[in-house]
Amino acid sequence: MSETPKVPTPRVNPETKPFWDATQEGKFLIKHCNACSEHYWYPRTMCPLCHSTDTTWRQSSGRGKIYSYSVMRRAPVPYAMAFVTLEEGITVMTNIVDCDLDSIAIDQPVRVIFRQSEDGAAVPYFTPA
Amino acid sequence: MSIRGKAYIAGAWEHPTRKAPDKSLAQLHAEMAKGALDDAGLSFDDVDGYLCAGDAPGMGSIGMAEYMGLNLRYIDNTETGGSSYVVHVGHAAAAIAAGKCDVALITLAGKPRSAGIARNRNPARGGGGETPEASFEGIYGPSTANMYGMAAMRHMHEFGTTSEQLAWIKVAASHHAQHNEHALLPNVVTVEEVLESPIISDPLHRLDCCVITDGGGGLVVVRPEIAKQLERPPVKILGHGEAPKHLNGGRVDLTYSGAVYSGPIAFEEAGVKPSDMDYASIYDSFTITVLETLEDLGFCEKGQGGRFVADGNLISGQGSLPFNTDGGGLCNNHPANRGGMTKVIEAVRQLRGQAHPAVQVPNCRLALAHGTGGSLGTRMGSSTLIMEAEA
Repeated sequence: MSETPKVPTPRVNPETKPFWDATQEGKFLIKHCNACSEHYWYPRTMCPLCHSTDTTWRQSSGRGKIYSYSVMRRAPVPYAMAFVTLEEGITVMTNIVDCDLDSIAIDQPVRVIFRQSEDGAAVPYFTPA
Repeated sequence: MSIRGKAYIAGAWEHPTRKAPDKSLAQLHAEMAKGALDDAGLSFDDVDGYLCAGDAPGMGSIGMAEYMGLNLRYIDNTETGGSSYVVHVGHAAAAIAAGKCDVALITLAGKPRSAGIARNRNPARGGGGETPEASFEGIYGPSTANMYGMAAMRHMHEFGTTSEQLAWIKVAASHHAQHNEHALLPNVVTVEEVLESPIISDPLHRLDCCVITDGGGGLVVVRPEIAKQLERPPVKILGHGEAPKHLNGGRVDLTYSGAVYSGPIAFEEAGVKPSDMDYASIYDSFTITVLETLEDLGFCEKGQGGRFVADGNLISGQGSLPFNTDGGGLCNNHPANRGGMTKVIEAVRQLRGQAHPAVQVPNCRLALAHGTGGSLGTRMGSSTLIMEAEA
């Protein structure tokens, strides 16, 4: 099993505060553009696809599959970097945790979990579904 | 308006040092400037344009103009990571074509080897400062190696690219480095040796990674009338392209680089095609960087990069596309963790017929230099430069 790395505290700014408030309730929010009806990542006010600011927060299912990954073998505690493509179609950067690092594979189904940082923030990670 | 034939590279100089703990950063930049100007046969008093990037101290061109005593009418601090200096050549040529300056100086310098970066095995989490993506990326421990690793993993998944094929890129670079007395890693390596070196981040081995070196280099770009009065063989700038590539709102595709954008712009401006190139300097932070870039620039079909680089096809005198004949970032030098400068310098050596005789491409007339700055795994600045040796 992978060791649990120390959970860092995210920087929160006025634009991303709703995301971090929602993780406290176990919700993974993504941005949706009302003008072009597309989801996008990372969260920001302006849609990067059509430049509208008529955008809202939606709750993701928190389920997806691994697009790519790389186990950082030379770190003091090896860990798995990954991109996960959510069911909603957007791809997010994350770590794959709570699993055998040698069992991770592209296209593997995963789901979001949350871990508390020392400062009390809830940080999303993904684990095999 | 085009820059085609409107400017020439008159000076190109690579510092021989690979570790410089006893010199200041500004001092090194000034040494790069002196080296490039001496190479061109010009002086500091001839310079009226200066370009540098984020490796320069303070406010870049402003502070360095003061340190070196330059009188300038054109300045440019464009920062696109390791590709900055390829971008700078294009910007200098455009400025010269527009009459904004006559003699443009470009410098790069840094000391990451002295700073011990090669020994740092634990990427900081939560980095990125005020960048908008910091809280959605930096907290997960992205490093240069694991981000390029993810690109390689996906390329392997989609196209069947193998670690053996990637290793051939290092093997080719090492064949060239053996002739470079300044190369940090001058020994020829085999595919097996690359595969037996420890994994840094899957699937990249230590020998898939570039070196970490102190040092740098300088370039001088001038008006055609000036180039023709100098003694060095003139190197004409034919075309240049630059573009960012990013994660596109979460529509992530790690199998290509920004070269898909910058390459066609440069080839169109130059009026040539990939198969016309006698030599190519391809940014080689990692072996996967070279493989994707070769595909993206059109030297082979997308997904065929592994087959293209195998069996020594990049080795000068042996393969169809001689690349990085100085040993590249993989074996020779990757000063300040930024390889764009040395890419241009070796292309200039080839076009002048002044590369090492063992790796010199006979009658080298057309050459390309490509830079990739930032990360293949997230966002990058790509730049392509095409040059011609004037008969």
